[in-house]
Amino acid sequence: MQFLRRLNTDRIRSFLFGSRTRYGMVFTIVLYALLVAIGFVYLYPLLFMFVSSVKSPADLLNPMVQWVPAEFYTGNYEKAFLVLDYPATLAASILVSIVPSILQTFITSLIGYGLARYRFWGRNLILLLILATFIIPPQNTVIPQMLTYREFGLLGNPLSLILPALMGQGFRSAIFILIFYQTFLSLPKVLEEAARIDGASDLRIFFTIAVPSALSAYIVSFIFSIVWYWNETFLTAIFLEGGVTTLPMQLSKFVQAYENLYPPGTVNIFDRLNEAVKMSGTFLNILPLLVMYFLLQKWFVESVERTGITGE
Amino acid sequence: MNLRRGISLRLREALHGYGFILVWALGFSLFTFLPLIETFRYSLNEVTVSATGIDLTFVQWANYTRALFTDPNFVELLIGYTVETLVSVPIVLIFSMVIALFLNLDFKFKGLFRIIFFLPVVITSGPVIKELTAQGATSAPGIASVPAVAEFLLELPRALRNPVEYLLTSFILILWFSGVQILIYLASLQKVDRSIYEAAAIDGASAWETYWKITLPSLSTATVVNAVYTIIALSHFSENKVIQYIYGQTYNVHGGIGYASAMAFIYFGVMVVLLGIVYAFLTQWAKKESN
Repeated sequence: MQFLRRLNTDRIRSFLFGSRTRYGMVFTIVLYALLVAIGFVYLYPLLFMFVSSVKSPADLLNPMVQWVPAEFYTGNYEKAFLVLDYPATLAASILVSIVPSILQTFITSLIGYGLARYRFWGRNLILLLILATFIIPPQNTVIPQMLTYREFGLLGNPLSLILPALMGQGFRSAIFILIFYQTFLSLPKVLEEAARIDGASDLRIFFTIAVPSALSAYIVSFIFSIVWYWNETFLTAIFLEGGVTTLPMQLSKFVQAYENLYPPGTVNIFDRLNEAVKMSGTFLNILPLLVMYFLLQKWFVESVERTGITGE
Repeated sequence: MNLRRGISLRLREALHGYGFILVWALGFSLFTFLPLIETFRYSLNEVTVSATGIDLTFVQWANYTRALFTDPNFVELLIGYTVETLVSVPIVLIFSMVIALFLNLDFKFKGLFRIIFFLPVVITSGPVIKELTAQGATSAPGIASVPAVAEFLLELPRALRNPVEYLLTSFILILWFSGVQILIYLASLQKVDRSIYEAAAIDGASAWETYWKITLPSLSTATVVNAVYTIIALSHFSENKVIQYIYGQTYNVHGGIGYASAMAFIYFGVMVVLLGIVYAFLTQWAKKESN
């Protein structure tokens, strides 16, 4: 009897507090509660954005309507679509983020490979300078660049973003160089040395042996590069102004663009600019990235875990 | 003979290595080094832009003294930036470490939570954050406006009030800067040898002890990397008030390129000092941890 009772309390305790092999009930509940709470913090702005964006003007004025709009109103999206000039700015954004990203990923991998595989004088200095390019704020270099571009008539031309990327100076290129440097350092050298003895050239070794074995680093770099180029507004605003307009650029002058399209004096009160339209514009702005993220999320997380960007 | 071949091999390797980084060196001088020098030259001059080009009038350090001693806003903004950065860094570090530790466990719906926790990496951009902040979607909902909290804030000395207020109003915003840091922690957690944990468990170490004795020390490098990354990300963020101010002054009649350049260099200096302090502090800590 005594023995049975002890067994029972042991079982309850292990059910609640866990044993060596599994988490207890208490821990599981606390874990999920925390995860859900934090997840909510991240989702809250998105939910807020989405719910606001489908509110009709009547819902906006109605203080009773907080989280559940009375109807699914798409008028805001129609307006935001026009104000953002969506097809044109979307195409521009895709162009301005994908082309530099491809170039940046390729060039930084070459640089990272060179640093990881060859010993030469000044290598540490170059690593240091690469770090410095990451630290130097863009506003310390951007004005002379802009004036030079102006001289060559490249202001407003996507080339003004493509050229730096082509020379390993793209947006946050230092991070990508370091990712590739780390990746190639951690890969075994044996195959490459064997190929070298067989007489393969450096570039051939790079393309046939190094690139395929560092595939996950390429994926990570490419995705991050796209995301960062897409979201970049400081440099694009300076270099592309007057030429190409990307989605985030158009979003940052949303109010002005809206009033051009719907002059405040001439439209009725329901067509004035309100937060719902703004939120629709914001949502349209991140939608392509969200779609890409949900399609690629498996690759994204797993490759990051595999490449191990810890940057020792 | 042997020696000479050795030297020529080394030389060959070095030359091939230079071949790989030649493009970078060229790009570095064209897009970073020369513009940096040029910006520094602007900062010592009064710059006027004309149709044909730019005219420089040498003014020595006048732009710097103006930014530091005459401008009523700049120093204030710099102090605000320093305080906000120093408040944000520990929060981002602790928060991202906790999330990474969670995501390193095994539980149901892990994939779903992982998707949610990396969302900020994708979304955090200037205009989006700006719109969300304007709509009040980034502050801890209404905490700072609760009467009791507001009164408590008024009681605090001013030096303490600003950070606390910033913390309350921008809490969600701070958490949104943690995406990449979570990834870095997660990557270095997965590098820790599983057998160490098993050995500790066999020796009867509790989860608490295991965390302090094994997990935390193995995250010390990642912590330094994350701290540096956080400071840089916050300092380069395009909605950063100092950057906005500098940018505004560039095109201002009373400011001009020379003045903006001087402020950019002061800002850069403050940022480097901040980085240095946090780096020194954390490496000291990391050294103690790993002993």
